[in-house]
Amino acid sequence: MESWRQNRVVFWVLGIPPTLWLALFFVIPLGIVWFISFGEKRGLIDIAITGTLDNYARALQPLYLQIFWKSIWMAGAATLICLVVGYPVAFAIAFAPERWKIWLMLAVILPFWINILIRTYALIAVFRTRGFANFTLEWLWEKGDWVLATAGLGEYHLLGERFVPLNMLYNNYAVSMGIVYAFLPFMILPLYANIEKLDRSYMEASFDLGAGHWRTFTSVVFPLTWHGALSGIIIVFIPALGAFFIPELLGGTDSQLIGNVIERQFKSANDWPFGGALSFLLMYATFGALALRAVLVGRGKALEV
Amino acid sequence: MTQRRRTGFSRRSFLAGTGAVAAGLTFQPKMSWSAEEPKLSFYNWDTYIGETTLDDFKGASGIEVSMDLFADNDELFAKLKEGNPGYDVIVPTNDYVERMISAEMLLPLDHSKIPNFKNVSKAFRDAAFDPGRQHSMPYMWGTIGIGYRKSKVKGVPDSWKALLDSDQYSGRIALLGDAQAVIGTTLKYLGHSFNSRNPEEIKKAEALLIKQKPHIKVFADDNGQDLLLSGEVDLTMEWNGDILQVMAEDDDLSYVVPKEGGELWQDCLAIPNGAPHPDNAHKFINFILDAEVGAAIADFIQYATPNEAAKKLMPPEYVNNPAVFPSDEIIQRSEPPLYRGEEAIQLYDAAWTRIQAA
Repeated sequence: MESWRQNRVVFWVLGIPPTLWLALFFVIPLGIVWFISFGEKRGLIDIAITGTLDNYARALQPLYLQIFWKSIWMAGAATLICLVVGYPVAFAIAFAPERWKIWLMLAVILPFWINILIRTYALIAVFRTRGFANFTLEWLWEKGDWVLATAGLGEYHLLGERFVPLNMLYNNYAVSMGIVYAFLPFMILPLYANIEKLDRSYMEASFDLGAGHWRTFTSVVFPLTWHGALSGIIIVFIPALGAFFIPELLGGTDSQLIGNVIERQFKSANDWPFGGALSFLLMYATFGALALRAVLVGRGKALEV
Repeated sequence: MTQRRRTGFSRRSFLAGTGAVAAGLTFQPKMSWSAEEPKLSFYNWDTYIGETTLDDFKGASGIEVSMDLFADNDELFAKLKEGNPGYDVIVPTNDYVERMISAEMLLPLDHSKIPNFKNVSKAFRDAAFDPGRQHSMPYMWGTIGIGYRKSKVKGVPDSWKALLDSDQYSGRIALLGDAQAVIGTTLKYLGHSFNSRNPEEIKKAEALLIKQKPHIKVFADDNGQDLLLSGEVDLTMEWNGDILQVMAEDDDLSYVVPKEGGELWQDCLAIPNGAPHPDNAHKFINFILDAEVGAAIADFIQYATPNEAAKKLMPPEYVNNPAVFPSDEIIQRSEPPLYRGEEAIQLYDAAWTRIQAA
């Protein structure tokens, strides 16, 4: 069979639509924003592209660097939690009996069928002061208190005088949980794909040679599935870095991330050049993360040889 | 500025659905240039028109209205900034009317085609943001004040101090998530103009907000009323219409415009440049300013109407409700948000970024 690479017609027919798509909806709009980031505002609507670097100078002020750093930190923490939670889940699915697998995969993918904004609003209903989580805790508290009272320990109020609802929303903790909740499937899927491919006989060999579970994981499984983890880290970390509606909905008074600052520049502050500069700095940070991945993968390949 | 209308009834979902059709409409070329085709594309806030207004207009004029919805003025402005995608009538708030006039984005109105302008109350027949009402007609107006839970608050919180300069209600306060509204209100509390462009005054407001921040639970973007209703906070800075909606669901909630005054906003009807059906747009605006039509809209959405003739048709519960119509004294002390100029807007945004990063 003739390879499509050698057939010019097939090559062009297959190649042109995605190239056009990429140019029209990615390269050109991004290019416009890139040009605008070197512009100056002239009144309300007009932007003159003057090649100025003022927007970048402003974006590199300590105020904004601090917000960048906070965003990197929050996205990093959320990615780490995704990794720690995602590994065992991906493992469980990969090693589950064949007829269970499809249902478990469905459970991971199913949330995608519902818009992320709606799911984030649903988190509010669950975790607010008078939300389902606190209702459950209150119910447990009442039962616990009743048990203690029946046991004759009522007057000590071991569980406190009355139930105090937990403040689970409107802080940075809620924001990282929101990010983890939104992006966890993106971690599980590439991990699962890699673990699924793993040759089980390596693990059996490891066990036969006397290694325990932990040793098998660190010396055999992890090095062999590490690429999946890297892919997961990248596709969780990058969108998490630009998150803006999650901190807006779940965050408190100090949960502003760089995504929120950028959003305001394109809306209420009406300062597209500055917004463009901030966006591109964020993108350069992303490129940095991708470059790091390439280096790590490259080194991994070298080790395998 | 943030969203202040919310969906509630299935009727509105239906309207939102018809709004989607608007996009298709806009690409149709004009059939003829002598008489306009009987169509109109209306770009409005959510839950911000009478239940049957659009159908009534079709019955009266034969013009089919399709409605599209926007969530905030920034969205409206951003959409029209690069050219009108085909809207005939839009509903910007006063400071955005001013912005759009200065950017030449609005068509001048032909007053001879809007005889119902006579129904508009004297106070609204002229406006600082649109001298002589050449580009806009008043639609609804209202205030920003404090929505609060009566059983959890001592007396009536009739000063912004309770929200901006006190630890009395620590951790039970929500402010709006809007830089200009929050900083403007703080300026008002400090005795300055809501629209100050003075960097030192803005700095002072910033310092007060940073000092108050530990006592504030959240800057609520468009859900202060929900936070109040669900008991998450006991006081919230909000648009009066939002609080009125939750007051209808919970008797323990109330609304007050503090004695220092606050923002007095006015949403307007205007025709954007490049509107495909300007004649129909004038007919539609005139129809809305009709006494009975205006009363039906006000009755449904419960905002304050600037239409004197419509107000006369309204029941006393509406006319005498201080949450809808605050006292003249409060109105005197309040200020309309003005377009503060691009430089000042940057000052406000940088201050807002610092407040949130602090």
